[in-house]
Amino acid sequence: MNGEAGSLPVDPRDRGGLGTPFLDVRGLVKHFGGKGGLLRQRTGVVRAVDGIDFAVGQGETLGIVGESGCGKSTTARLVMQIIKPDRGEILLNGEAVGSGDLDLGAFRRQVQMVFQDSYASLNPRLTVEDTVAFGPRVHGVSAKASIAAAHDLLDRVGLEPRRFAGRYPHEISGGQRQRVNIARALSLKPRLLILDEAVSALDKSVEAQVLNLLLDLKAEFGLTYIFITHDLNVVRFMSDRIMVMYLGKIAEVGPADPIFEAPGHPYTAALLSSIPSMDPDNRTAEAPLTGDPPNPIDPPSGCRFHPRCRFAASLCGEAEPASFGVGGGQFAACHLVNPASGHPRLAAA
Amino acid sequence: MSASPNPIVEVSDLTVDFATGGGTVHAVCGVDLSLQPGETLALLGESGSGKSVTLRALMRLHPKSAKIGGAVRVDGRDVLAMSPAELAAYRGRTVSMIFQDPGLAFDPVYRVGQQITEAVMRHEGCARATARQRGLELFERVRIPSPERRLDNFPHEMSGGMRQRAMIALALACRPKVLLADEPTTALDATVQIQVLLLLRELQRDFGLAIVFVTHDIGVAVEIADRIAVMYAGRIVESGTCTAVIRRAAHPYTRGLLASRAETAMDKTGRLKTIPGSTPDLAAPPPGCAFGPRCESFGERCAAGIPPNVSVGPGHEARCVRLLPGAA
Repeated sequence: MNGEAGSLPVDPRDRGGLGTPFLDVRGLVKHFGGKGGLLRQRTGVVRAVDGIDFAVGQGETLGIVGESGCGKSTTARLVMQIIKPDRGEILLNGEAVGSGDLDLGAFRRQVQMVFQDSYASLNPRLTVEDTVAFGPRVHGVSAKASIAAAHDLLDRVGLEPRRFAGRYPHEISGGQRQRVNIARALSLKPRLLILDEAVSALDKSVEAQVLNLLLDLKAEFGLTYIFITHDLNVVRFMSDRIMVMYLGKIAEVGPADPIFEAPGHPYTAALLSSIPSMDPDNRTAEAPLTGDPPNPIDPPSGCRFHPRCRFAASLCGEAEPASFGVGGGQFAACHLVNPASGHPRLAAA
Repeated sequence: MSASPNPIVEVSDLTVDFATGGGTVHAVCGVDLSLQPGETLALLGESGSGKSVTLRALMRLHPKSAKIGGAVRVDGRDVLAMSPAELAAYRGRTVSMIFQDPGLAFDPVYRVGQQITEAVMRHEGCARATARQRGLELFERVRIPSPERRLDNFPHEMSGGMRQRAMIALALACRPKVLLADEPTTALDATVQIQVLLLLRELQRDFGLAIVFVTHDIGVAVEIADRIAVMYAGRIVESGTCTAVIRRAAHPYTRGLLASRAETAMDKTGRLKTIPGSTPDLAAPPPGCAFGPRCESFGERCAAGIPPNVSVGPGHEARCVRLLPGAA
C-alpha cells in the first residue's frame, strides 16, 4: 500500500468511491412457473421474490430471516447469479453485475456461497485439498501454488492439513465438511460470502465452533457476510443488521438489537415470540401466529401479512404499505408505523 | 430414575448394538428410564447420542441385526419378549410414534383419511364409517381447517405443518397410552413449531398421554417436557425436572450445551463459548467417561471407568465423578 498517511488502505477493486454501498440490490423480482409445468397442467406463478431493495455495507453482516417460502434462499441465489432475475439489478461497488463494467467471472471471484448440505456441496471424488485448490486452478493458478494455498486455508479453518488434506468428504464429520466448504469459498479471496443455512445442519456444540470460526475469518480477511438462517438466536448473534422477509417482500430491516428489542412490524414481533422461551416457569402459552406460512402463489392483496395479522384493518387488505423509517435505520413495511397511513388503530391511540 | 408406584414405561439397562463393517457400534449402552402416565420426558442430545435409537427400542423398530439387551416394560408388558402378532397389536394401540418427516410416514398413494381409517379398523375391528368418524374427530381435535375435505387429501396436498398435524391424528387414532415423538418439529418453521408443541401439550393433558420427546433443541425440550434426560454417546448423563436441569445443570456436557447457545453465550470478546472437539466414534469410545476428552475438568479418575449416577438433588442425577461426595 502506498496510500497517503492517515488514509484507509484502498482496495483496487473498490471503484465506487466512498458512500457507495458495497452491495446494492434494486427492484429484484423473480417469479417461477406459470407456463405449463408438470403434465402441462396450468400452474400458478410463484412470486418467490417480488420487488426487494436492500444494501449491504463493506464489512457488514446482513442476516436474512423468514419462514419457508419467504424468498430468502431465492434472494441468495439471485445475488450469487445462480439464477437470473426477471427484473432488477445488483450492483457491487456501484457497478452493475453482468454489464460491461463487471462481468460475471469478475463478480464470482468476489462473491462466494456456502450451502446447508455440506456433503452434497462437495465432490465425493475430490480430496479435501483438491476441493479447496480447484477454484484457483480453474482461474489459472499453478498446481503447486494452489495446493500450498489450500493447505494454508485448511489450517485457517481449523483442519490440520497433515491430517485432513488427503481425506475424502465421506471420511470426515459434518462440522469438518462445512469447514472444507468455507475454505473452498475463501480460496478465490472473495469479499462477500453468502451463507445459506450454513450451520443449520450441524449439532449445537459444533455449530458454535463454526460460528466462532466465521467471526474470526471475517475479521482476518475483511469479509462481508449475507447470513441466511431460520434460527433467530443465531441470526441475532451473527448480524449487524437483519432483514425480515415475508412472501417475497421485505417486512422489516434494521440493526439487529433494535429489531429484537422493538420490532416495528407485527410479523417480526410474531416471529420473535415464536422462539422457545428457555424458561421452564414461563412457557409460551399461546402461539403468536396460527396456520402455516401461506403459499407464494396468489399472495394476499395489500399487505401480504394481513390475513395472519391481529392488527389488520380493511386498509391493510387494500393498500400495500411502503417501507417506513421508524428511526435508527430501522424500516418496517406496515401501515401501523406510518402515522399518515390512516390505519384505524392510529386514530384510536 | 426415581422409583414410582406404577410407571407406564420402564426401561432398565437398555443396550443396543449394531454390527457394522467398522466393528460393533454401541449406540445405546445402559439406559434406564421411567415414565409416569401423563408425563412428558424429553430425551435431549446431539446426533449419534443414542436418543432416537432408545426411542425406537421402545417400539422394537430396529432391524433384526440390532442386538437389544436389558429390559423394556411398557404398560406392564415385556416389549422385548413380544411375538410378531403381539407387537403388531402393541404398536399403534399402546404406543405410537410421530416422526420428523411426515412426508415419509404417510403412504403417498393413499388418501390421509383412508390411512387413519385403516389403522382404526385394524386395531378395533369397527366399521369403516365409525373409523372415518374417528378420523374426522381427530382432525378437528388437531385443528386442521375444513377437516372433512382434508381427510380426502393425499399427503402431498398438505403443507408441512398440516401434514405434521395429520400424523399426530394418525398416531392418536387408536388412543395409545404412550406417544413417542422423534424430533417432530425440527423441520418446521419456528412459527409452526410452537403451534405443534402447544398442541401436543394440550393433547397430552386431555388424553393423559405419556410422551417421550426426542430433540436436539434445549428450547423445545423446555417448552414440552416435565423432565429432561440428556444423552451423550449412548448414555443418559443427566436427568431431572426441566427446571433442575436448566437452572442447576450439573454435568459438564449439559452446562456446555447451555453455555454455547447463541442468545446467552457471548463472552467479553463477543465470541460463543464452545465445547471443543466432536462426539466420539461409538465403535471405539474413549475409556471411562465418553465426554472426558472434551471436558475442561478431565482428570485421571474420569478415564478409569464409567462414572456412576450421582444424585445432585431431588430426582436430579448426573454421571460425573466430580459430583461424588468428597470430590473437589
